[in-house]
Amino acid sequence: MTDASAYDKAGGLPQEAGFGDYVQLLKPRVMSLVVFTAFVGLMVAPGHLHPVESFAAILFIALGAGASGALNMWWDADIDAVMNRTKSRPIPAGRVEPGEALGLGLALSGISVVMLALATNVLAGALLAFTIFFYAVIYSMGLKRSTPQNIVIGGAAGAFPPMIGWVAVMGHVGIEAVLMFALIFMWTPPHFWALALFMKEDYHAAGVPMLTVTHGRKATRAHILGYTLALLPVPVAASLSSIGGPLSLAVALGLNLWFVIGAFRIWRRDEDQALADGYRTEKRFFAFSILYLFLQFGAFLAEALLRPYGLGGW
Amino acid sequence: MAFPPSHEIHKRRFGRNLGVGLVLAAFVALVFALTVVKVTRGDPMKGYDHKPSNDHLPAAQMEGQP
Repeated sequence: MTDASAYDKAGGLPQEAGFGDYVQLLKPRVMSLVVFTAFVGLMVAPGHLHPVESFAAILFIALGAGASGALNMWWDADIDAVMNRTKSRPIPAGRVEPGEALGLGLALSGISVVMLALATNVLAGALLAFTIFFYAVIYSMGLKRSTPQNIVIGGAAGAFPPMIGWVAVMGHVGIEAVLMFALIFMWTPPHFWALALFMKEDYHAAGVPMLTVTHGRKATRAHILGYTLALLPVPVAASLSSIGGPLSLAVALGLNLWFVIGAFRIWRRDEDQALADGYRTEKRFFAFSILYLFLQFGAFLAEALLRPYGLGGW
Repeated sequence: MAFPPSHEIHKRRFGRNLGVGLVLAAFVALVFALTVVKVTRGDPMKGYDHKPSNDHLPAAQMEGQP
């Protein structure tokens, strides 16, 4: 009997993980947003970092985000198994043992924090450690299953990467880093609540107290509009700071207008209308929210890249 | 003696081992590159060859020299 035949059961292949399953534990799609925003934070900082140090900083910030993703998947395996959106993840699908995800998450957390501190500075490493702790412990273990404000407070975890990128270069936190943090922090609730509107059954089945489950969809629609209005001044303020310029201000104003119109349309609709067109407006708002963040940070990056030619900035 | 045909599980294990190997190799390369950058601070290092040189004098002393 070979080791392969020992695993074979009733015609089914053994559920042994491939390399891609471990990559999936790191939530590569979330990681791509982290890489981009951290890169922008690093590029707009008015300091200098050697290209190798910059590369290492981005890599270890991304790895830290991946580590917190693995810890989140380890902790949330029970609710992931219930939700359609997440039931094919490696742990609920049975390809990776929960203990393996925990081990991978803890190991990568340690490596990423220590290496970021060594490659750049201790404050950047400490901020990354706090981000992992915030996402894995405060959000995943604490807020997610206990309060409908989970997304609001938990959004801080996703907001740290550009600040860490900035600190990696500068060694301290500046007002610009705080504004980039605030931009993602305020953007997160409308982004996720739009998703929750057309994924409500998933969260309901898993018992996650999303706003749609605890307060209903009408209240969620009002919250999306309210938080979108609260978001508006942040990209404008960031565009008026030293990382901004005429281009990023124009982008901020245009995106804000577009975002508010979308949020207003969501607020005006009722469930019958949404069901009739398959949540078209909500899905478009969700897709646009991703573009919103990408374009706004892209504008800050463009300002930084144009500055040496006397074009970017104020 | 004929080898049995390779099983799907062996392919998956090979892929996993190859992936881990490449990640470790990339990590070693990155640590090496970081070490070079940190040690040289971006400039080529210059060892002391036991011969006095202006490069070893403080800037203040240099200013007074012809």
